[in-house]
Amino acid sequence: MNRSRRAIVALALAAAVAVLRGQAPEGPIKIGFIVPLSGPYAQNGRDILNGFLLCLDEIGYRAGGREIQLTVEDDQAIPAEGLTKARKLVEGDRVHLMAGALLSSTGYALAPYIESQRIPMVFPVVSADDLTQRRRGTWIVRTGYTGSQPNHAFGEYAYHTLGYRTVATIALDYAFGWESVGGFQRTFEGEGGRVAQKMWTPVSVHDFAPYLAQISRSVDAVYALFLGRSALQFMRQYEEYGLKGRVPLIGAGTTTDEHVLPFMGDEALGVVTALHYSAALDTPANRAFAAAYRARYRKVPSYYSESMYAGGKWVIAAIEALGGRVEDRARLLDALRAARPAGVPRGPVELDEYGNPIENVYIRKVERVNGELQNTVIATFPRVSQFWKYNPAEYLRQPLYSRRLAPAS
Amino acid sequence: MTYLLTQTLNGLFSAALLFLIASGLTLAFGVMRIVNIAHGSFYMLGVYVAYTVILRTGSLLLGALAAMAVVGAIGLLMQRVFLRRFGADPLPQMMMTMGFALLFRDAALMIWGGDPFTLPYPGWLRGSMEAGEVVFPSYRLFVILVAALVGVGLWAVNEKTLIGARLRATVDDPEMAAATGINVARLSGLVFAAGAALAAFGGVMGGPILGGYAGIDFDLLPLAFVVVIVGGMGSLKGALVGSIVVGMIDNFGKALVPELSYFTLFAPMVLVLAFKPTGLYGRA
Amino acid sequence: MASVLALLLVAGPLVLGSYWVGLLTQVVILAILAMSLDVLLGYTGLPSLGHAAFFGVAAYAVAVLSTTYHAGVWTCVAAAVLIGTGLAAAFGLIVSHVRDVYFLMITLALGMILWGLSFRWIPVTGGDNGISGIPTLLGHAGLGAAGPAAFYYVALLVLAACGALLARLVRSPFGLTLRGIRENESRMKSLGVNTWLHCYLSYVIAGACASVAGVLWAYYNGFVSPTYLDLTASSELFLMVTLGGPATLVGPVLGAGIIVLLKNVMSAYTARWLLILGIVYIAAIFAAPQGIWNLGRRSGRARA
Repeated sequence: MNRSRRAIVALALAAAVAVLRGQAPEGPIKIGFIVPLSGPYAQNGRDILNGFLLCLDEIGYRAGGREIQLTVEDDQAIPAEGLTKARKLVEGDRVHLMAGALLSSTGYALAPYIESQRIPMVFPVVSADDLTQRRRGTWIVRTGYTGSQPNHAFGEYAYHTLGYRTVATIALDYAFGWESVGGFQRTFEGEGGRVAQKMWTPVSVHDFAPYLAQISRSVDAVYALFLGRSALQFMRQYEEYGLKGRVPLIGAGTTTDEHVLPFMGDEALGVVTALHYSAALDTPANRAFAAAYRARYRKVPSYYSESMYAGGKWVIAAIEALGGRVEDRARLLDALRAARPAGVPRGPVELDEYGNPIENVYIRKVERVNGELQNTVIATFPRVSQFWKYNPAEYLRQPLYSRRLAPAS
Repeated sequence: MTYLLTQTLNGLFSAALLFLIASGLTLAFGVMRIVNIAHGSFYMLGVYVAYTVILRTGSLLLGALAAMAVVGAIGLLMQRVFLRRFGADPLPQMMMTMGFALLFRDAALMIWGGDPFTLPYPGWLRGSMEAGEVVFPSYRLFVILVAALVGVGLWAVNEKTLIGARLRATVDDPEMAAATGINVARLSGLVFAAGAALAAFGGVMGGPILGGYAGIDFDLLPLAFVVVIVGGMGSLKGALVGSIVVGMIDNFGKALVPELSYFTLFAPMVLVLAFKPTGLYGRA
Repeated sequence: MASVLALLLVAGPLVLGSYWVGLLTQVVILAILAMSLDVLLGYTGLPSLGHAAFFGVAAYAVAVLSTTYHAGVWTCVAAAVLIGTGLAAAFGLIVSHVRDVYFLMITLALGMILWGLSFRWIPVTGGDNGISGIPTLLGHAGLGAAGPAAFYYVALLVLAACGALLARLVRSPFGLTLRGIRENESRMKSLGVNTWLHCYLSYVIAGACASVAGVLWAYYNGFVSPTYLDLTASSELFLMVTLGGPATLVGPVLGAGIIVLLKNVMSAYTARWLLILGIVYIAAIFAAPQGIWNLGRRSGRARA
């Protein structure tokens, strides 16, 4: 008697829980968003935010039958400020998930907090390799790329298709630079090429003259990694010092990304770079995105813009898959990891088991079309993983790419 | 040899830009004992104002004139309305310039957006000069010449005119100068405005190469401080020598010991300050 | 007024949510840092634009020892404070004879060098990415389950202890001599005071206190990065002291509170908060050139 009564109570409780779960919970789905909106990286942050706003606008701020409420916070590109803002969003605003972050340093600063709070966060841009490799956690879903990812493909392309045998590299002296150059060097030298000279420029440098005077004139090409204003300055000064006609320039995607490309002149023509996106990508999804973005912001979308447009699609796909029931964080995380968002401008994407996208890498060449500079796609490497063609377990046993990665002799 | 010559010319270009920025900073300090944290902002505002004008007129010269006028006026206003009240009390003055630096930076972001840009070259200065193996951009050579002319002009004003005499007297001893009937307040406003305009002019000169972007204000400010410190605060000659020393150390440091490039600039500054706190040409 | 401030700090966590407790913890830690600068800037009249250096170095010491070397909590705390203080003792030898703006500049330069080191000495500091994965203070001490409020009270206790010590210090004959140096150094010299030694000790004491704050900051955030000791950090700290009221000890605490709260509350409402912050600074200096705490007190600075 006693036992059966207990069983009935348990059954009733289970039923009640099931009913509660079945009903869509009350109130909006709250998404917290952190990017730099002031300081030197304000425009990059603004581009990321704009992509997200465009995506949310398209669905009328509704997904899974619930309203979406977006809270935007500014981290000034200072890691400690980013952490404070994350605390505000999670503990103050009680958001269901977070998205954003631009710099790797902010990414690493947020990671332990995200894990300890068990809150899913989408990283659309942060590209530090180890966040989904040797130091990966559970709760970060990266929808962008790793710094080395496009460059693995590019090293092979530079050797085989461009036919280069010796390359000099010049790059910003921090993790993003090391990892990009490292990825390029590994596959380029793996194929038989040689990185003959490596130069690292402090991130605070604005005049590259002392470095340009030292670049070897006898290499087949110069590989450059810069972004933002440093890309603009480097490109200008590369031409100034008469290198443009003499040594072909190639580089990482950010060097000619659309966030700076419109402000460059003819000095950028012909530069070949690799990235998982180009605003000139000729697919229906990207044409529609680029047109909508231009109409709304009067600017060409950059890879930053696309990153959170795609990230937004990702989040929405997960919310739809859950029917709007985002309260269970573990299920939300599973849904984010399993999502296969449609209509992503850069092409098909899916997460590998380490939480990083498998996606196309595009080789782009700067051309002038209708009076405007663009990254024309000249080759596509389909479905590139962060581990390239290597075995993940073996890959992870090797150290992270650093500035001390020695050139092959 | 080629290498040495190229790097020396590079160093001179850095020195030219630094001199344009630092001369105003050092004079403002000499006359008002003010450490102007917003001085880098004047450089930044100069590039931005010139950018707006050049987009409409296509003329670098008009852009430079407009930048100097607008930023000079801002400087004058800042000095007359805000800084003057605090006399020779350096702390509130400095804090106020910190406030202005924040304000200018965010206002620029609001007005012009955060996209980086460069100013166009004047058409006749495109390309580079080649002498044997040495390749050097014509425009950089032009900037070195212009800065040299500005230097000569400043020297002439300082040594040969009445204003210059008053200026020197005030730098030496503001109280004595006031006692002899020099209108120190008016002179301060003039010097501050001229310094702001010079920094803005530096911004326009550097514009085709360094461009304008959010954050350029604080990128250049520490360098200008190093120049002023090494040369001695308040000394025009010191600013000139300091610019050349710093420009050379910066260039050769980056070229020869890139590993230490974060220290090559500030270590000499510490040494100078530790052994000769007033700099090479400064007075106690 | 001071007791109202104290009551707010003590009772705050009892009624506030965890996010606000976190902000209040920031206020308390930065208050310790601002107080330490006040000894130098307010009482001795030595304006330092590189004071965040000691704060940052101590934070890095905690980070390196606790993650790379898995050192215990007491080792971390003691070593970090020692390293920060030792650095101040070394720098003090170079800067203690320098005055006024030259002091401002030499400390700025030393700060920039340390910033460069944190950025450049990658095998130890992790470069731009910094070091993350520092345990929480109480977790590190084996009291894992304690919440944010517990850490807050630890920080508050440290603030109270530092405040009491510094208050004693500035009222002692040593402190009075420091003020004498600020007002008229040559007179103090003619009285036979070793002004160099006094400035040196003041600098080391301020550095030691800043290191204590740095230790708490490392545990609070769980990571370190070069931004802890950059020029922006040092200038913000400078503003906390001058805005709050130099040579009062309480003023800098108020300044730290105002700046942390302004930044975080305003940025939630407008993207143009930096602009507003700039205007607030200008207006505050205009209305209260000697700092908010000195408003309404005797005209001018409270001089001893």
